[in-house]
Amino acid sequence: MTISERKPTMTTNATGQRRPALFSDGFDLGRLLLQGRAFFALIAIIVVFSVLSPNYLTVSNLLTMSSHVAVYAILAVGMLLVILNGGIDLSVGSTLGFSGVIAGFLMQGVPIGGVTLYPSLWVVVVLSCGMGAFIGLINGVLVARFRVAPFVATLGMLYVVRGVGLLMTNGLTYNNLAGDPALGNTGFDWLGFNRLFGLPIGVLVMIIVGIVVSLLLNRTVFGRWLYASGGNERAAELSGVPVKRVKVRVYVLSGLFAAIAGLILSSELTSASPTAGNSYELTAIAAVVIGGAALSGGIGNVRGTLLGAFVIGFLSDGLVIIGVSSYWQTVFTGAVIVLAVLLNSVQYTGKPRRSGGGRSDDQSTPTTPSPTSDAQAPAGAVPEKTRG
Amino acid sequence: MSQAERTAQDIGEVVLEAVDVVKTYGATRALKGVGFSIHRGQVTTLFGENGAGKSTLMKILSGVEQPTSGTILLHGEPVAFTDTVDARERGISIIHQELSLAPNLSVRDNIFLGREITGPSGVDYAEEARQTKAVLDELGEDIDPMTKVADLRLGQQQLIEIARALSVDARILIMDEPTSALSATEVEVLFTVIHDLTARGVSIVYISHHLEEALEITDHAVVLRDGTVTATAVSADIDLPWVVRAMVGEGFDLGSPPTGYEFGEVALSVQGVSVPDAEIHGRNVVDRLDLEVRQGEIVCLYGLMGAGRTELLEAVAGRNPISEGRILKDGRDLAGLSIAQRIDAGLGLVPEDRQRDGLVQTMTVGRNMSLASIGSFVKGFFLSGRREADLVTDSIRSVHVKTAGGGAMIGSLSGGNQQKVVIGKMLATDPDVILLDEPSRGIDIGAKAEVFRLLAERARQGLAVVYTTSEVGECLSIAHRIVVLSRGRIAAEFGADTTKEAIMAASGEAVIS
Repeated sequence: MTISERKPTMTTNATGQRRPALFSDGFDLGRLLLQGRAFFALIAIIVVFSVLSPNYLTVSNLLTMSSHVAVYAILAVGMLLVILNGGIDLSVGSTLGFSGVIAGFLMQGVPIGGVTLYPSLWVVVVLSCGMGAFIGLINGVLVARFRVAPFVATLGMLYVVRGVGLLMTNGLTYNNLAGDPALGNTGFDWLGFNRLFGLPIGVLVMIIVGIVVSLLLNRTVFGRWLYASGGNERAAELSGVPVKRVKVRVYVLSGLFAAIAGLILSSELTSASPTAGNSYELTAIAAVVIGGAALSGGIGNVRGTLLGAFVIGFLSDGLVIIGVSSYWQTVFTGAVIVLAVLLNSVQYTGKPRRSGGGRSDDQSTPTTPSPTSDAQAPAGAVPEKTRG
Repeated sequence: MSQAERTAQDIGEVVLEAVDVVKTYGATRALKGVGFSIHRGQVTTLFGENGAGKSTLMKILSGVEQPTSGTILLHGEPVAFTDTVDARERGISIIHQELSLAPNLSVRDNIFLGREITGPSGVDYAEEARQTKAVLDELGEDIDPMTKVADLRLGQQQLIEIARALSVDARILIMDEPTSALSATEVEVLFTVIHDLTARGVSIVYISHHLEEALEITDHAVVLRDGTVTATAVSADIDLPWVVRAMVGEGFDLGSPPTGYEFGEVALSVQGVSVPDAEIHGRNVVDRLDLEVRQGEIVCLYGLMGAGRTELLEAVAGRNPISEGRILKDGRDLAGLSIAQRIDAGLGLVPEDRQRDGLVQTMTVGRNMSLASIGSFVKGFFLSGRREADLVTDSIRSVHVKTAGGGAMIGSLSGGNQQKVVIGKMLATDPDVILLDEPSRGIDIGAKAEVFRLLAERARQGLAVVYTTSEVGECLSIAHRIVVLSRGRIAAEFGADTTKEAIMAASGEAVIS
């Protein structure tokens, strides 16, 4: 009765066969390591670099690295929403840069008729975020209403948005974002430089975004709709889930978060370059994937994504600190991403196969010794016996 | 008939035998010492409910899994298959219930997938096409080898799957629910093929929930219950009640129409509705159809594949647009309402294909169960976890889902229990009208009876039920009224006191002897 009647295809079976041998006996340890892989990777990174450099594990360095991470992490949380939906948003890097450009443009004053208007800071922030959300809306409408493949729609927006940013600035950078007390538009650097409760504002924003999105995913109808439509859009639609509305919203949120990240980045740099955030979308995707989300949709969470962003950020900053060349940094980052995807595929092809005999794994553990380093050896021998 | 004569002649040499096979998954014993033999040139049918161990046994015989203990004898020699390729090389092929074809490739490429015929200049497509044509001719199917599989009907796709197994020259062919998607004509074709194959000495293992059909084709019947063989017989000695008794261990029927109450108002009214064909322009799959269902009434829609049952239900549920006519629920025109709005209005659809349209495989039993009614337990901005948990617990109990709890993954349930989750999900929206497209497909007879009992119970409370089926026997269970569809129109209507013959004649189905 507990055995599933689902008939797997032959190929998944061939691999499914070995899985219990790999994980059933070293199950507790193996599964723990697999599920918490982003966390353990982060611990390992911190330990290794702390040994290699005395400057790594200091409060000030951790905070500096965290504010680097914050920009990627906020992007990645938006990306997570899109990926949970089974889509992808390649335009976030451009949106991030464009958001800074909009802010810079408004800070320089907007000439209307004969007068130049200097909008106050909150107006700048709201308009920049609104522009990010609007770019997301275009993505969402293209994908949901006009059924353009997400990859293509957002790739197009990547170019369009970047191009518009370059046009607006003529390729130049806005350097004066400090504002003028006389004009009442100061405070832009607050985002990038100030601290509250000892934490950089960017990190706080990241924490808030993380908590809000976490609540959104786990405690609201929208979150459930998102998981359902990402897992099986047809079934979700037939269950009354407004799948198109959900889809549009995730792109809007992704654009919004990209704009917030853009404001933080330009504030930290006190300059807004139209080329800022180039290829950041790829880092964001990598963070989501390292965090255990499935690119096919329906699986993933905020905690994993944040850990993924920290893994990437702490790794590349660590390599800088110990003086590894930037070429090697690229290689390491790539290797981590590939490893993460590899482990994802182990986890997700393993799960449905095992779900049939889900209980079996638990029950088989008492007969074997507690998972030690050599527990894998007898475990591997079992299937050989049954086969021979 | 002819099979009976054949079985009377000889039992046939045993080609493959399972001796005292045990398979355990952790603490669960799926097979508890099963003995099973396959005879040369004969059909052996394995009967049993979902979870009885049929699939596990077939997986062991076809090399997908290895037995925990016990022996497999091939031509009297003990063997251990390392995998399906190994088993296939020794002449054992399995056709799975779920199709494993590449829909984007042609019939030819699918049949030779993974074992392409190569010549000096790469793949010898001409030879592949010729052999494909030959094997399709053998099946009596006139399909161009270059047709894309995606363009074929589901029934034809299944035949391609069978053709693929035949083309590897299988000596033992295991068919798991081969007819579940086939029309009556296609089933006849398949049965002719099976006769041809057995005449050539190929042994067939047949698994089907379609008991009557299986009885017609089989030479031997083996019944599994709860991991043990409960009965073995040659088909000449047995009949349907015998099989059912051996499967469930008691007398069984699928229920009768609930009585003792008056139907209420007309709940659903379909007036002159046409649904255009998605592929052929200008043709209607549902053609100016009228149907009324009252509160508390159970209506069975019967028809062959292509009769328009699914299209009608999907149009009523709001998934497909209608080209003319009106659909009223409690007198309110549903035109322009989305699926979600129709669910809110009290009209729910349980789709035909539960894997594709019914369930979200990445979510738990509970979350699948609550998906359609999730709007009803929002507290302020957030979901109320307790209200959801209560609903899930109630639903699991009321539709009798056998599960470890709402937190179990949906994939861990058997087919019948998954189907109950899909039905429970819709019932949780508290509908007035429920449409069920083939609610009994691919689930065992015990689960079928439970599903029907559940629907009868709800109908008594005023729910209007419309269900479709392609098994005549299921029309004559709980339905008050049987509507036979043919080519998008109503061919006939019957009361609950009609006969199978009358229904099948009205549907235009050739009555299989």
